[in-house]
Amino acid sequence: MATVASEPEGVAYRRRGVFARPKATTGVWSWITTVDHKRIGKLYGVTAFMFFLVGGLEALLIRSQLARPNGHVVTAEAYNELFTMHGLTMIFLVVMPLSAAFFNYMIPLMIGARDVAFPRLNAFSYWAFLFGGLFLYSSFVLGGAPAGGWFGYAPLSEQPASHMHFYALGLLILGISSTVAAINFAVTIINMRAPGMSLMRMPVFVWMTFVVSFLLIFALPVLTVGLFELFFDLRFGTNFFVVAKGADPVLWEHLFWLFGHPEVYILILPAMGIVSEVLPVFSRKPLFGYPVVVFSGIAIGFMGWGVWAHHMFAVGLGPVANSAFALSTMFIAVPTGVKIFNWLATLHGGDIRFRTPLLFALGFIAMFTIGGLSGVTHAVVPADYQQTDTYYIVAHFHYVLFGGSIFGLFSGIYYWWPKMTGKLLSEAVGKVHFWLMLIGFNLTFGPMHILGLQGMPRRIYTYPSGRGWNFWNGVSTIGSFLIATSILVFLGNVVWTIRRGKAAGADPWDARTLEWSIPSPPPPHNFDEIPVVASIDPHWHAKYAEGPEGELVPVVAGGSNGPDQGPGAEHHPGTGTQAHGEGDGDGHGHGIHMPSPSYFPLIAALGLPILAYGLLFSTVFIVDGVITILVGLYGWALEPSAEP
Amino acid sequence: MRVRAKTRWCAVLAAAAFALSACARANLPQNTLAPQGPEAQKIDVLFQWVFWIAVGVFVLVEGALVYFLVRFRHRPGRGIPAQVHGNKRLEVTWTVIPAVLLAAIAVPTIGTIFDLARVPRNALQITVTGHQWWWEAQYPPQGGKGVQEQVVTANEIHIPTGTPVYITLESKDVIHSFWVPRLAGKQDLEPGRVTHLTIEAPNPGVYFGQCAEFCGISHANMRLRVIAQSPADFQAWAQQQAQPAVQPPPDVLAIMDRVGCAGCHTIGGVKGANGIPYLGIVGPNLSHFADRTTFAGAILDRTDENLAAWLRDPQHVKPGNDMNIGPNGQPGRSVLTEDEINALVQYLDNLK
Repeated sequence: MATVASEPEGVAYRRRGVFARPKATTGVWSWITTVDHKRIGKLYGVTAFMFFLVGGLEALLIRSQLARPNGHVVTAEAYNELFTMHGLTMIFLVVMPLSAAFFNYMIPLMIGARDVAFPRLNAFSYWAFLFGGLFLYSSFVLGGAPAGGWFGYAPLSEQPASHMHFYALGLLILGISSTVAAINFAVTIINMRAPGMSLMRMPVFVWMTFVVSFLLIFALPVLTVGLFELFFDLRFGTNFFVVAKGADPVLWEHLFWLFGHPEVYILILPAMGIVSEVLPVFSRKPLFGYPVVVFSGIAIGFMGWGVWAHHMFAVGLGPVANSAFALSTMFIAVPTGVKIFNWLATLHGGDIRFRTPLLFALGFIAMFTIGGLSGVTHAVVPADYQQTDTYYIVAHFHYVLFGGSIFGLFSGIYYWWPKMTGKLLSEAVGKVHFWLMLIGFNLTFGPMHILGLQGMPRRIYTYPSGRGWNFWNGVSTIGSFLIATSILVFLGNVVWTIRRGKAAGADPWDARTLEWSIPSPPPPHNFDEIPVVASIDPHWHAKYAEGPEGELVPVVAGGSNGPDQGPGAEHHPGTGTQAHGEGDGDGHGHGIHMPSPSYFPLIAALGLPILAYGLLFSTVFIVDGVITILVGLYGWALEPSAEP
Repeated sequence: MRVRAKTRWCAVLAAAAFALSACARANLPQNTLAPQGPEAQKIDVLFQWVFWIAVGVFVLVEGALVYFLVRFRHRPGRGIPAQVHGNKRLEVTWTVIPAVLLAAIAVPTIGTIFDLARVPRNALQITVTGHQWWWEAQYPPQGGKGVQEQVVTANEIHIPTGTPVYITLESKDVIHSFWVPRLAGKQDLEPGRVTHLTIEAPNPGVYFGQCAEFCGISHANMRLRVIAQSPADFQAWAQQQAQPAVQPPPDVLAIMDRVGCAGCHTIGGVKGANGIPYLGIVGPNLSHFADRTTFAGAILDRTDENLAAWLRDPQHVKPGNDMNIGPNGQPGRSVLTEDEINALVQYLDNLK
């Protein structure tokens, strides 16, 4: 754990040669061996964004193919690979790891900790994610990318043309990454909160991370069971989904969606957490009904387990099962609606400043509301008999996962960028990005509602003229290129900011939570002294106190007994005081020892794809992979977490 | 201000109504918003009900959002706003109101689920089997409905008007989904299971549909048509379908034997030169092929050019299909000469 090391300085576990502990603090090797949650967070963010660009290119190819009837941009086979990989990429390689980037970077800062509970396990999660993603993409050059859909329905998934070997093993590797990360964050949040930060004083983003961690821990094993069965069928000739041998393919559908629906909440709850942080800051009001927002998030987490069969209304499970899942699905709309109303009430009476993070958060509310409403129409089972597997569904889940998750994550990027880099992204360019993306998004996915209702099914690589689908498909394709333009604008903003962005200071937004009480970017050890928390929004209360009339007045420097402290204070006039400690800025002299860098998480993670290639191609690689994993784990186990 | 707000609301509602009615155009052949027959109409009624509730919620939520943003935007000198942490009464209210709205949706939903699941009485029975990537329809003999002998056809399903049709759905390979949007919602075909769907068309006409569950490379090419006819026309059609097929001339039969059509296709009453009957069940039954308006999973109109193009290179028209008329009995560009293709097209045209 990231703790103050107990050994006196100079006690040596020194090893020599190749076993010497990595020492680099700058350069490539410092990133490869890092166990610092902030660096790992950045690695997660950059890698996930790369995959976002790849997944976006796949989407542009899909939209180009469908721009006109009888399109010939790609072949049928390539189209099926593209939509399969687009889905897998955006879910497993973009939204989940981008959320993980914020979990990594922000959770320790928001709860007043110096790192996560298991820093090396954290590095392992990242490397397993990267290698899992690269493994999945290597399928393009090793016999063909998966083409059986991200939902991988058996028995189609077991036909050779579907190329689902890489799907099964790639998702297993990514599942390992997500599971250990989830355990890490659950343990961190339970055990490493600063003194005084009770559960009901945690920022909502921390709460949502907590809920998502448990969803991951319980949902991924269900997928793992299905993936093992699929892979055993494919590779070892078992009969889990072989109908001729008496198997029932509905088993896969249940396994997949019993994972798949909690997965939807895994994708959306982090964005909801971000929005719950951003709205109060830019309205300069506390979150309206904090306990209700937290408990509705928990309620969604529990109820998310009871709605999976609404993906299967057309399977023919019978009217009783369909009715039960219709009711549970409608029921889950209640806590979701409650969140939206609480966000609206947070804005009410505020002093709303339209900075870019807020714009994206507002985009989230506006778009997610549409996605939620179309979601309610799916709960109306007979209507879903018409809508399921059409573009209406494609519209719905993009309003939830793009209009919701991606807008929420961009809100987080603009909001926390200054904390991560010390520089403010350009507001002007950010606003151009927002409006282009909002317009492009609605042009792309709005018309899909109409297309679906007019009978256009999903996952078709071509459609004839004369169905009435030509016009809206054209509009949708134009919209998709507008989204791509907005992403280029964002990249331009990033490049510009890195070169000549304004210095942000510790607290550029006049924010409320602990991460803004320390410098931007934070020092490796985060907090010179672990803060003591006396309320929700501790940083806000360090800056403002109630005046004689009950109105808020800025705290005069030196006059605060608040929980907040840190060297960032000197960067912002309203940022509390040095309540405790001298804050010399680098942590040395406080006896703070951060966990030391290590090669072993990388080595252990590297064994996973080698083992996977071995399962597909050659026994030699199986042996190599197992040995690599064992070397990684043994080296890891025998190495002290922090060396003097 | 009040008047302007009212106008704006009316504009939103009018726009929504216009959008929905514009989408309901009946000339779009797969439009769920132009339902025909009791099944699709029951669904449509329910959808309209939910749609208008959703429009109401949409206007309220997005309206409140925009209003708050304008009303509470930052203005200089405003100071720090009151730090309101919550309001129990309000929060209970906006938990209860959505719950009530959802109850108003749930009651008719459950009613309609059971209504649609009811097995119709006195219905025409058809078994539809999904194949990668075409539909097989079998009509068991049922004298009361004018089907005296078993009829087997593909991709174009004839039904009598004004009669409920109870379709039994099976799959030969992977999961498919039977969907004719203007007549009913979709129903999956699960290999190893049997599912059912009721459709009914009040008026004669052609109803377009297609497979709605991703089923492989040519999923997009697995379309179908339901052809509703008056009961008399339907009976005449069924009778004609039960007749044996037109015999091929010997030279055409020789071509057919050479490429092995009998391995996959049935042509009722035709025997190869070696005496083996044309009773294949891998591909569509061709006995009355010329009676159909389309072929190849209902993606092509049955014209001579299209048929010739199909026989020349079936993989180009419909990737992944099982027409093994390439070299060595493999899929691929066919081994047939142009003359042979023309002869086959002519014979296919005669299969009335």
